[in-house]
Amino acid sequence: MGEHILQVRDLTVHHGQLCAIDNVSFELNRGEVLTMIGANGAGKSTLLRTIAGLHHPSSGEIVFEDVDVTRWQPHKRVSKGISLVPEGRRLFSSMTLEENLMVAAGQSRSLPFTVERVYELFDWMPSRRKQRVWQLSGGEQQAVAIGRALVANPKVLLLDELSLGLAPIIVERIYALVPEIVSQGVSILIVEQDVAQGVMVADRVHCLLEGRTSLTGTPADLTSEQIDQAYFGADMAKGSLSAEASE
Amino acid sequence: MIWVNVIIQGILVGGFYALFACGLSLMFGVLKVINLAHGDMAVVAAYVAVLLSPHLHIAMLWSFLVVVPIFGLLGYVLQRTLIQRSIDRDPFTTLLVTFGLSVVIENLLLELYTANGRTVDIGSIIAQSWHPGSIVYISYVSLVVLAIAVLVLAILQLFLSKSRTGRLIRAVADDREAAQLSGANYKHIFGIAAAIAFATVALAGIAYGMMTQFAPTSGGVNLLFAFEAVVIGGIGSLWGTLVGGIALGVAQQFGAHLNPQYQVLAGNLLFLAVLAVRPQGLFGKKTALA
Repeated sequence: MGEHILQVRDLTVHHGQLCAIDNVSFELNRGEVLTMIGANGAGKSTLLRTIAGLHHPSSGEIVFEDVDVTRWQPHKRVSKGISLVPEGRRLFSSMTLEENLMVAAGQSRSLPFTVERVYELFDWMPSRRKQRVWQLSGGEQQAVAIGRALVANPKVLLLDELSLGLAPIIVERIYALVPEIVSQGVSILIVEQDVAQGVMVADRVHCLLEGRTSLTGTPADLTSEQIDQAYFGADMAKGSLSAEASE
Repeated sequence: MIWVNVIIQGILVGGFYALFACGLSLMFGVLKVINLAHGDMAVVAAYVAVLLSPHLHIAMLWSFLVVVPIFGLLGYVLQRTLIQRSIDRDPFTTLLVTFGLSVVIENLLLELYTANGRTVDIGSIIAQSWHPGSIVYISYVSLVVLAIAVLVLAILQLFLSKSRTGRLIRAVADDREAAQLSGANYKHIFGIAAAIAFATVALAGIAYGMMTQFAPTSGGVNLLFAFEAVVIGGIGSLWGTLVGGIALGVAQQFGAHLNPQYQVLAGNLLFLAVLAVRPQGLFGKKTALA
């Protein structure tokens, strides 16, 4: 097996007439944290949803562990090892915290992430496991959403806008878990509007602008001016859309 | 004492409404499909019971042991083929498709078996009853149907809240996409929910055939009562459906007691009153994830 756990090749996705993702290619290495940044409407969430199987691309390929999964159903991708923490958390509102986790929990007990293991990761959870999830705060709900994705034991974890609607201190605490998750052999693809937070945990950064790649590089290589330009597209007026940085 | 009898008879018929309605409630709650052929499925089940029993050399009373599993299988297959395809198009297609199915079934039954009424013959038990008070007669058959309704709802409730499959059904009902992201094959889950719905409606159809006469077009009016029971009780609550069915049954018996013409009217008035005062139903939930 190659060093890339996930490869996206020439991916184009349409929402009806609108082209949300325009010929984007990138790869995620094993054990790596890759952050996608970009403004609203840049196509970040669409990209993650397409990788998870909720959208069908118009063209291009998604290759996971050297297998083309472009046409697979979402549930099959989950069992193969791709889990998405969706934007807005999307918990099962009629269920308790524990039931939310158990929906996604695998049958095997030997895998790294069980419901018990998630309870160790978030030590406040056991005492509140019988509560309905709508009684939890936004940050707690986000933690449950992450836990729910983890108990499926993903090899690639897709995190969509974790910071949405949360206080900065909570966001910081949630991102503090990233190294712990990576240490279990999980590769992570993050989509984030909060650039500072997203860049801080990343091994590599990939910037999307209006459905296209506008910048890639490691956080150390990239200046904040470059990121600003790639994020807002300030360069567009001058006609040079992509400012590819050398890695 | 007269009013006690009215209430008792209402509860007895309410149990049947709940048994009839729980499949409808499940189909709507999980698949978001309003199955307009639900009532006709019950009638088909009653016909199958009547026609199959002589061939199998079993008493009609026990025909449900064969018919219910057949309908469970039929529900799964019909869901994975016809109904899923209409869901994939858009929600309105499911209305058209199930309505079309209803028309086809009714006319096919008329063509094959005429409009004559039939019954699921269970012998002399049908006429026997318990007589606890001067004017109170409790039919054994109605009492057994009520008991079956409560038992079915209890088993279904337990299955949904405790089993892994039940949890997946609830997950898909809450948020289909999120359930997929948690590894659920939602089409298979839909199939299981449809299988349960069809199995319960087959049971209800046979029970109906035992209690009274049925004809090819009997499905429609029962479907209406089932809708009312579900809405009165609150969508998504099984015990609510039981209470809704009983409330509807009692209202109808009160109406019938005043004047036989008022039976259906009284039920409809209760239904409209609940819609006006408490649109989510007696046990319906308004809460949503913040």
